[in-house]
Amino acid sequence: MKEKLNSTCSQDYAIVGSRATRVDAVEKVTGRARFGADASVPGALVGRVLRSPHAHARILSIDTSRAEALPGVHAVVTSVDLPEVPPDAVELEKPARDRVLASDKILFVGHPVAAVAARTPAIADQAISLIDVAYEELPPVLDVLESMEPGAPILHESLRTQSLGGSGDVPTNVASHFREVKGDPDAGFAAADVVIEREFRSAMVHQGYIEPHAATAVWADDNALTIYTTTQGSFAVRDHLVELLKLPMSKVRVIPMEVGGAFGGKNSSFIDTVTALLARKARRPVRVVMSRQETFLGTGPSSGTVIRVKMGATKDGKLTGAQATLFYEAGAYPGSPVGSGAHVMFGPYDIPNGSIEGYDVLVNRPKVDSYRAPGGTPACFAVESVINELADTLGIDPLDFRMRNSVRNGTEAIDGTVHHDIGAIECLEAARAHPHYTAPLEGPHRGRGVAHAFWGNWGARSSVTITVNPDGTVALVTASIDITGTRTTTAMQAAEILGIPLDRVKVTVGDTDAIGYADVSAGSRTTVATGHAAIRAAHDVIHKMRERAAQVWGIDVDSVSYADASFRAAGDPDKVLSFEALAALLPDTGNTVIGVANVDIQDWGVSFGTHIADVEVDPETGKVTLLRYTVVQDVGKAINPVQVEGQLQGGATQGIGWALFEGYDYNDQGQMRNANLLDYKLPTALDLPPIDTVLVEVPYPGHPFGARGVGEVPIMPPPAAIAEAIYHAVGARVTTLPMTPAHILEALGVL
Amino acid sequence: MPIVHIPPLMRDLTEGRAQVEVPGRTVRAAIEALEKVYPGIRGRLCSGNRLAPTVAVAVDGRLSRLGLYQPVNDNSQVRFLPAIEGG
Repeated sequence: MKEKLNSTCSQDYAIVGSRATRVDAVEKVTGRARFGADASVPGALVGRVLRSPHAHARILSIDTSRAEALPGVHAVVTSVDLPEVPPDAVELEKPARDRVLASDKILFVGHPVAAVAARTPAIADQAISLIDVAYEELPPVLDVLESMEPGAPILHESLRTQSLGGSGDVPTNVASHFREVKGDPDAGFAAADVVIEREFRSAMVHQGYIEPHAATAVWADDNALTIYTTTQGSFAVRDHLVELLKLPMSKVRVIPMEVGGAFGGKNSSFIDTVTALLARKARRPVRVVMSRQETFLGTGPSSGTVIRVKMGATKDGKLTGAQATLFYEAGAYPGSPVGSGAHVMFGPYDIPNGSIEGYDVLVNRPKVDSYRAPGGTPACFAVESVINELADTLGIDPLDFRMRNSVRNGTEAIDGTVHHDIGAIECLEAARAHPHYTAPLEGPHRGRGVAHAFWGNWGARSSVTITVNPDGTVALVTASIDITGTRTTTAMQAAEILGIPLDRVKVTVGDTDAIGYADVSAGSRTTVATGHAAIRAAHDVIHKMRERAAQVWGIDVDSVSYADASFRAAGDPDKVLSFEALAALLPDTGNTVIGVANVDIQDWGVSFGTHIADVEVDPETGKVTLLRYTVVQDVGKAINPVQVEGQLQGGATQGIGWALFEGYDYNDQGQMRNANLLDYKLPTALDLPPIDTVLVEVPYPGHPFGARGVGEVPIMPPPAAIAEAIYHAVGARVTTLPMTPAHILEALGVL
Repeated sequence: MPIVHIPPLMRDLTEGRAQVEVPGRTVRAAIEALEKVYPGIRGRLCSGNRLAPTVAVAVDGRLSRLGLYQPVNDNSQVRFLPAIEGG
């Protein structure tokens, strides 16, 4: 690829930066888009999963004979139907296999035990009820701190704490432990005029995507598997199936369907393997669609947490020390986002002395998965609440306090990473200048709060091909699943480079046989990384078409230039071919031109966001009404401002739900009492005011258009902003999420 | 030579030293050099031929996805951190 990539951050563009209609919009609003459950495969059977009613138990026996004998049942599977593994791999592979179908132990209510494939839903449901499982119930442990105490029920006898301080030598529920230190925290606190220390708790929450997981599996006679699924990463699903089913990659084709919401909860594969097992045993296609209850019980919600934060500042509002201890629920298997939470919690601030300690702790709940800024929201709630209390105690404006301590280019964080090309100060200044910040807030029991957050974002691997059609339109194929409208932003970036209108770019998300590799669409990476790939592929198209023009004109390729959608020969004004005209010549001059790019982006920009919330609290009932909400965020160059605004509003909405409404409610036997959307309350349009957005465009020079990821940081500030607004409204500091009326009345001392 | 910043929980292996200068052109080479001087470090940082799943590495202030393969130069600062993710 010969063209030089220019970082043209501050320029106006023809397409990038315009308010474009999403390319998938019409299909979605007219109901024609095909989601996971819409995969149409003739002869598909109905699959259902039997899940444990117990939170912690040994499996003594499983008898599937009555289910197998039921007319209309084509297959019943248990863990024994997973491929055998060599003896030396059994222990290593057991957790992944047991998450598909439990072999000997149940670790959470909803843990899959068996599955059936039948001719109709009614027969499948009846078959499930005919599977006889003998359990030996064990006491569950559901609280993150209780799970760490000596004598707590142990989930995995073989688990030892992994720590940079060494490996433990006794069975434990603490999967890992870390500690980072910068400077001298004790000296930092000694130098402070005010020290605030608080403990915060947050409940486990679900990503709340509207579309449950769905998969349809089809086997060919040569043992090749095709699976239609809803996912954030078709290659991640392929890798998962290859590992568990012991198949060559060439025998597994994953076809991603439209995704009805994901937010991190579809990074992992929950039912693809069991669907494939059923289809292989039944020798018929099988479709499995999760119910809403299964979605709550059998997928990957986000960690409940206990976080202790201590921060000290001088009377002039300079932070001198900070300390945090994070205890995160991992669920039934190791792997909470405690590391991410630790990485971002003090991210906006330049603190000379500090320490962060984190624990990844198992409990008898579903294994947690990513949820939009994984680990960040509860950590931000804790730190920002303490920052607000410090500012209140010192009588300093909360945004001024943050600006006095803000990171700037060159600041080193507690974990040693160094900031560069950031928009933290610009964000805070834009919030302070916003009319919302100084608008009068009159009336009883009304208050205003702010909060600020940092998220690291991601780059990683993406692939794009661009094929030039003879009529001058192009077919762009991407490996990146579109969960946020990234087909549109990808097309916009390609169209900008090619110099052709956006509607001349047809975008498709390819399956795993059709396009090179992509990491999951997650981590606020897709517009940036897949954008890089689209830009490089577009430049590759231009280079190859310059070669073709040179061939047509009989001149050297270095004499051919491309600008304003036309190829020109140097020194000969008569030799001009538009993109369209040259495209028409391609079939007869050596076949079409395909631009290709496979990237692994190692350089990406981070994000900061500042939120302002106004609330009214009813002191008798504890009900909180959100009156006004503003989101300010440094978004780099907004490729499509409409979509960026949507990300800010959507992320803030989920953060508001986390703040006020959402949380898994378990009884003491580990059974979820609110596994439905009536009792697990997601915010609706009735709960929210219009959310104002301010896009602060601090371009990131590592991207040709200056783009940076935007999707995750907006979920983090709402809980702390709303908690501070509640404090100013009724004088109570709430340290537990969700801040339900009951928790507010407790904080008021009424309950 | 690159400087490796020793995580606090590992300083028992390095006689309390917070920074160690070691030769190496990659993170892997730096860890191998550390292991020669302070045995046991590699086992805490690595799992087989990769960084341990809960460990990430930042070189010169930037997190690296290349893990053990990340190049380092004579002036590099190498830090090991908890691994992070996205949703």
